Amino acid sequence: MPVSATREHVEEVIFEALAKLGPERDQITREATFESLDIDSLDLVELAQVIEDEFGVEMKSEDAERLETVGDAIDLVVSRAS
Amino acid sequence: MSRRVVITGVGAVTPLGVGARPLFERWAAGECGIVDGLGRCADFDPADHLTRKEARRTDRFAQLALAAADEALAQAGWNGAPPVDATRAACIVGTGIGGLESLGRQHDVLRDEGPGRVSPLAVPLMMANAAAAAVAMRRGLRGPSFATASACAAGADAIGTALRLIRSGQADAAVAGGAEAALTPLARSAFEAMGATSECGVSRPFDARRDGFVMGEGAGVLVLEAADVAEARDAEPLAELRGYGASSDAHHITAPDPSGEGAAAAIRAALADAGAAPADVDYVNAHGTSTPLNDRSETMALKLALGEHAARIPVSSTKSVIGHLLGAAGAVEAVATVLALRGRLAPPTVGFEEREEGLDLDYVPGEARPLPAGGLALSDSFGFGGHNAVLCISVS
Repeated sequence: MPVSATREHVEEVIFEALAKLGPERDQITREATFESLDIDSLDLVELAQVIEDEFGVEMKSEDAERLETVGDAIDLVVSRAS
Repeated sequence: MSRRVVITGVGAVTPLGVGARPLFERWAAGECGIVDGLGRCADFDPADHLTRKEARRTDRFAQLALAAADEALAQAGWNGAPPVDATRAACIVGTGIGGLESLGRQHDVLRDEGPGRVSPLAVPLMMANAAAAAVAMRRGLRGPSFATASACAAGADAIGTALRLIRSGQADAAVAGGAEAALTPLARSAFEAMGATSECGVSRPFDARRDGFVMGEGAGVLVLEAADVAEARDAEPLAELRGYGASSDAHHITAPDPSGEGAAAAIRAALADAGAAPADVDYVNAHGTSTPLNDRSETMALKLALGEHAARIPVSSTKSVIGHLLGAAGAVEAVATVLALRGRLAPPTVGFEEREEGLDLDYVPGEARPLPAGGLALSDSFGFGGHNAVLCISVS
């Protein structure tokens, strides 16, 4: 079973994954938009792979298209993992 | 009268260091960058040249190209955007293989973790045109942009293609070169299996004891501008790219035509394109791979194309100190040729000591040799597949 998807844990995993994709750690907040972080569709596929590994939640490309902010991604994972 | 094309910047990353100057100065001093039978760019750290995101999104061959392009463009004085209409700035970067390291890594992921874990960056990392794309994107070059693929002639073909784009009026300037980073176990095994690489790990072109090439990695980039464009912005040309000649052996998939006729045709074509005669040539930067076949057929080709003049001029191989950079070789060697002409010095074929019958040109043993002012040189590149590409460069 995937580890429990508490909001804090999801945030931690997503922040860490995003930091590896390019943006500086202090730019990454719940409110930051993916656009402002220069995170594009290729990056979101990589993020989706991390999310699936960690929480067993599948994030399809149509899901990714609707995400604007980092918080949107966190909410999506939390809602699907529970 | 066709448009003249000048070289306003050069850049290189090679086993002799990061930069065109260390390449030329260390080679001229007889220093060798080959360690344990490989020409690695040990001094290159992507973090010195790229953001974390750029580094993640580029294979090593494209990273080397970006660093070499930065150096060349800084020297040319292109600060930020190109000094011409961006749609008339071309970007041609050749490679022999492309992003092989990335391809190998993703194959491991496929095998170990399954198809769902292959990176969405796999294609942009490994595609052979990735270096051309990366340089064009970073520098806002919006003219024709692509890779040339002609194995070890790719770097020279890229520069020759850029020359023709400018001459034909399709571009006013170009960033052109070659890049390679294929020192993976797979590539090393593959070249070894075909008997192309040196068993003893020593690159000694034209020497009787040579037994194959030493693999190297790196990148070389030139900034080319129509002479009128460079003049209009008061850019100081380093040299003039006078001519480009290309031909095919149509002989064998890997072995060169032993008569040297195919390569000789490219040398003659480069001279004709430059409006120069054999007697005008002051120096030849040889392909000189250190394989038994190439060094003999290249010697034949030079004699065929240049006649008796071939024996009167220095002929030396950059591969004696950096190994064979495959698709980057022709570009790195064009950079070395520019600096040799400007420095009026033909660097030596390091390690050349024992003569072989029939290999009787002046391969510059021992020490660098003076070159005349205002010299003209040829830079030879020949690739598996029988691709021959020769550049003609002169300084005023």
